[in-house]
Amino acid sequence: MSRLRLTGISKHFGAIQALSDVSLDLAEGQVLGLMGDNGAGKSTLVKIIAGNFAPTHGTIALDGRPCTFHRPRDAQREGIEVVYQDLALCDNLTAASNVFLGRELTRRLGPLRIVDYAAMRQRSAAIFATLKSETRPRDLVRRMSGGQRQAVAIARTLVAEPKVVLMDEPTAAISVRQVAEVLDLIRRLRDRGIAVLLISHRMPDVFAVCDRIAVLRRGALVADMATAATSPEEVTGLITGAIETRFGRAA
Amino acid sequence: MTNSLESAIAQSQHRSALSRIMGLQVFWVFLAAVLACAALTLLTDTFATERNLFNVTRNFAFVAIMAIGMTTVIASGGIDLSVGSSVVLAAVVIGVFMEAGHPFWLSALAALGAALLVGLTNGLLIAVVGMPPFVVTLGMMSFARSLALVLSNNKMIYEFGPDHAILLGLGGGRLFGIPNPVIVLVLIAAVMAFVYRWTRWGQHVFAIGGNESAALMTGIPVRAIKVSVYMFSAFTAGVAGILMVGWLGSVTTNLGTSMELAVIAAAVIGGANLSGGEGSVAGAVIGALLIEVIRNSLILLGISTFWQGAFIGFFIILVVAFDRLKALR
Ligand SMILES: Nc1ncnc2c1ncn2[C@@H]1O[C@H](COP(=O)(O)OP(=O)(O)O)[C@@H](O)[C@H]1O
Ligand SMILES: [Mg+2]
Repeated sequence: MSRLRLTGISKHFGAIQALSDVSLDLAEGQVLGLMGDNGAGKSTLVKIIAGNFAPTHGTIALDGRPCTFHRPRDAQREGIEVVYQDLALCDNLTAASNVFLGRELTRRLGPLRIVDYAAMRQRSAAIFATLKSETRPRDLVRRMSGGQRQAVAIARTLVAEPKVVLMDEPTAAISVRQVAEVLDLIRRLRDRGIAVLLISHRMPDVFAVCDRIAVLRRGALVADMATAATSPEEVTGLITGAIETRFGRAA
Repeated sequence: MTNSLESAIAQSQHRSALSRIMGLQVFWVFLAAVLACAALTLLTDTFATERNLFNVTRNFAFVAIMAIGMTTVIASGGIDLSVGSSVVLAAVVIGVFMEAGHPFWLSALAALGAALLVGLTNGLLIAVVGMPPFVVTLGMMSFARSLALVLSNNKMIYEFGPDHAILLGLGGGRLFGIPNPVIVLVLIAAVMAFVYRWTRWGQHVFAIGGNESAALMTGIPVRAIKVSVYMFSAFTAGVAGILMVGWLGSVTTNLGTSMELAVIAAAVIGGANLSGGEGSVAGAVIGALLIEVIRNSLILLGISTFWQGAFIGFFIILVVAFDRLKALR
């Protein structure tokens, strides 16, 4: 059964049609690469799945159950986590505070509930350890390298046991060594049975970790195929429009 | 391996304890204020007198109370230019109510209610309608002061009905030798230092100031928090307004005029970063203290008070330059 199923998703921003009639399936433990040119609608799709925007039309189903997300919190509650393109980190806060941003751990102090920094530091240290990252929970994000910032953003998705992790260009602005780390991490997520939707411009990354590749062009889905059944050349053609579509052919 | 890593972490934390204090703007501003006090004690016979210290501490308390509200707004990435007008509005409301014979508590609640309404309006226009804080609060600065003029018909109020003595005692009196406004300041400062550090609300205010879209995406109730921040700022202005009426024994409609400048200056000198995400309660209080010490010292040293603005302006630019320097290093 599919973990995440999108059916007929469309999104308008005023006169701009960012997405039209996009349907996608994502299975447990599967990595789906979503590719497309700038402005193709990839980030918009991620934000709809994550509850940042409501779709103009279409439905989202998780484990066969239809879901409506009014807020990111609703999607989080259902086990959907996102690593945003800009990482969505607060430079002025510590790594631990960023990992738990919006869902800070608290403890009782008499009649009050106060933020439990010690517990947040401990748990984020444990997550960083599983990611084999040297990021220290107490450090301010402002002083961190690109790879460490990436680790913070990814650690954030692992706070709750997620069902689906959406990654918007996680390897866009980091060094080659760090890309390898992130790809390793994606494999680790997959091995835990998490369904991963990976948006990337980098063809080698997508071919390295994805089981399937889908292509968006000007808001419409033009391909959804097994990685083994395609090639970087074909994907490039689909992205640019040199190849019209892969639908109607055997996948 | 783990051991050496942990000891490395411990070491780096140890080192940062000292350098963190040195790196804190609040520390240097506090040092400047202490040095200024020491110099004044030596240079004049008038500074360290009980009477002068009483005046200095009381005067600074009003600005400091409001600077805590302003620091909260600035930490969330906003600005509130309407605080001076909230002061006069709260003052006029409590004056009109008490003059009409209402008890102190009811009048004070009405005054705080009026201030909170100003903050609510600011907050809704900024957080929900999405207008820039500078413009909204600039408009409100004009609007609220005009409202105060209308309410008072621009007449001075100095008769406060049956609870006259309570009001004057609250603003002008002292408890254990400490001016009442200072006691109020200490209470608000203690509560807010706790709130900044230990509550989710505090974390969220700083998160919004650090990266608003990140705060939104992680599900922080950004709008509600921004509204509450402007309401808190207005609340501190309302409290200061009530205390000022008690201290002065009268309400005039020029109360709080251009006070927003002193309050913003105090917050910024105390380390609040106008681009958001930084600021502290201690900084707000120490910033306000430094401004009052400068003001007082010019008077005591017989320097024309026309120089006040120059000194305060100099300090604002100095601390921001200091910040830039730190960023470059
Ligand atoms: N919040 C928004 N308001 C208006 N238009 C938007 C918004 N977000 C995205 N768009 C538009 O939707 C289209 C798709 O954008 P996006 O999803 O960011 O593309 P991608 O991530 O594939 O580069 C673009 O034309 C973009 O300008
Ligand atoms: Mg994008």
